[in-house]
Amino acid sequence: MHIEVSGLNKHFGQFHAVKDVSFSIEKGHLIGLLGPSGGGKTSILRMLAGLESPDSGDILFHGRRVNDLPPQERGIGFVFQNYALFKHMTVYDNIAFGLKIKKQSKQQIKARVMELVELTGLSGFEHRYPHQLSGGQRQRVAFARALAPEPQLLLLDEPFAAIDAKIRQELRTWLRDLIERVGITSIFVTHDQDEAIEVADEIMIISQGRVEQKGTPWDIYKAPQTPFVASFIGESSIVDNISELKGFEDAAHWPSTRALIRPEYIEIGSRHEFPIASATEQGRIKHIHFRGSEWMVEVVVGKHTLITYRSLEKEVLHPGDEIYVLIHRAYLFNDHDSWMMENRLKVDPMPVHI
Amino acid sequence: MRRILIALTYLVFIVLLIIPLFKIGTGAWQEGLDGLIHAITRPEAVHALMMTAWIVVVVTMLNTIFGVMLAMYLVRGTWMGSRLKQFLNSIVDLPFAVSPVIGGLMIVLILGPSTTIGAFFESIGFKIVYAFPGMVLATLFVTFPLMVREVMPVLQEVGTQQEEAASTLGAYGWTTFWKVTWPLIRFGVIYGVVLTIARSLGEFGAVLVVSGNVMNKTQTATTLVYQDVENFNVVSANGVALVLAVFSVLLLLFMEWAKRRRGVH
Repeated sequence: MHIEVSGLNKHFGQFHAVKDVSFSIEKGHLIGLLGPSGGGKTSILRMLAGLESPDSGDILFHGRRVNDLPPQERGIGFVFQNYALFKHMTVYDNIAFGLKIKKQSKQQIKARVMELVELTGLSGFEHRYPHQLSGGQRQRVAFARALAPEPQLLLLDEPFAAIDAKIRQELRTWLRDLIERVGITSIFVTHDQDEAIEVADEIMIISQGRVEQKGTPWDIYKAPQTPFVASFIGESSIVDNISELKGFEDAAHWPSTRALIRPEYIEIGSRHEFPIASATEQGRIKHIHFRGSEWMVEVVVGKHTLITYRSLEKEVLHPGDEIYVLIHRAYLFNDHDSWMMENRLKVDPMPVHI
Repeated sequence: MRRILIALTYLVFIVLLIIPLFKIGTGAWQEGLDGLIHAITRPEAVHALMMTAWIVVVVTMLNTIFGVMLAMYLVRGTWMGSRLKQFLNSIVDLPFAVSPVIGGLMIVLILGPSTTIGAFFESIGFKIVYAFPGMVLATLFVTFPLMVREVMPVLQEVGTQQEEAASTLGAYGWTTFWKVTWPLIRFGVIYGVVLTIARSLGEFGAVLVVSGNVMNKTQTATTLVYQDVENFNVVSANGVALVLAVFSVLLLLFMEWAKRRRGVH
């Protein structure tokens, strides 16, 4: 279902939870609402579901305004953070609930429930009660229950928050595949950037009630439009005065501009590893952290501490080692603007043309 | 020291509960089975027990409906301001703090035959005070907090998510209530019902003031026991008291059974 939201506002008492939010979502897409806790993501989701009514703004499903429709009439499926399974009903009855409300025949209900039980890998658990299931199984019952009445839009509120890390990984992949197979427009809320990047077709970054940026995970990563997005997605070091670093002296033209440097924009190594040594800074290793598949290295250049990664294949560094540092590019921002700046010296000042 | 405390606990338990219960039992049997049968088949005893039974039935029904409703509004009602909610919430406990006799007196003062409201109802042939409706009102006043106080914490604990889930699955108010809310609060309501029955069976002060205690007219089992004792009619008093006591014990056994069933789910 195509979704269009414009000028959405919501107050809770004095607190302005959602501020003038507008966006549109293509049919069949899987969207992640990503942002820190308390940023208004869940409020947006609940307004889409009709569980909360907006103070102003319009919500359109398929071009039709649904603001005044109750949740019962919106044709949505909602998966709650703590699943909200009916605890006095078996798995079968939970999944069948929405179908019974629609007054479908016994055979129809049975066929649909068994189909979903199969799809969600819950065969054999139909007659268990929610308290007899593991967290991952409950989650799947919640999906199956929401999908049973064939909604046009699936809304998921922190779907994996209450599940332990190992199973969360499996469930993410499973959910992605499932949604693709069913072909349903879906929106999920998360505060976990890995989850959003891995699962969503598109991400909306939401902070303090505003949409900071909307785009594919890759677009957001490589071209963050606001400092918040840049610091929230991916790892980075913030440098207050980047003009002190080699190759970025031009930044002094913009006073009170700060810079954000991603780990992968920074290269470290011994002098001979860099073709243009003049572009490098000298630094000293402060700490190294083992990250399972690579080293995370904290290196001090002048007054600044920068974070970068280093392959396990390379020579192991030790705190205190002197090292050469090349900063390829930085993301600069001030109160009005933000832009990318390349290292000026990386371009060979005396190119030899053959 | 610990032994003394344990012994003391037993002593209190025996003196306060076992001995009186035993006394009622033996007192009722003082003149043998015939005496007991006579005590509880006297016309005034039959009438009083029937009166109590009707009050229990009507009060329990009203208290269940309105108690559950008020509990829902106090926990869920968004249309009520939080100040009003707090005020109502504290006023619910008023009957616990006010003596039942005072409660009964308030009803007489507001709805008695000499008041405007009372006179109006009497003129259309509906007697409130010194009649059945007044007795129901008095008992309702005394038992009102019981249901609300049992159901409110259960509602708070289960939260609204399951109901919201039901609404996103297409279920409207009544369906949601019967299919989702009711099964969740059922045991709270059952406790509330048991407590209401027990309390209205034994209510004395408020009913005494409101009923006028007219034999064969507005006399309940408890006020009959009181009158029998006044008349030194000890066997009859014990007989009726025994009936009430047996009923209370049965209720408590039912409550224990209900608690165990709750553990299953």
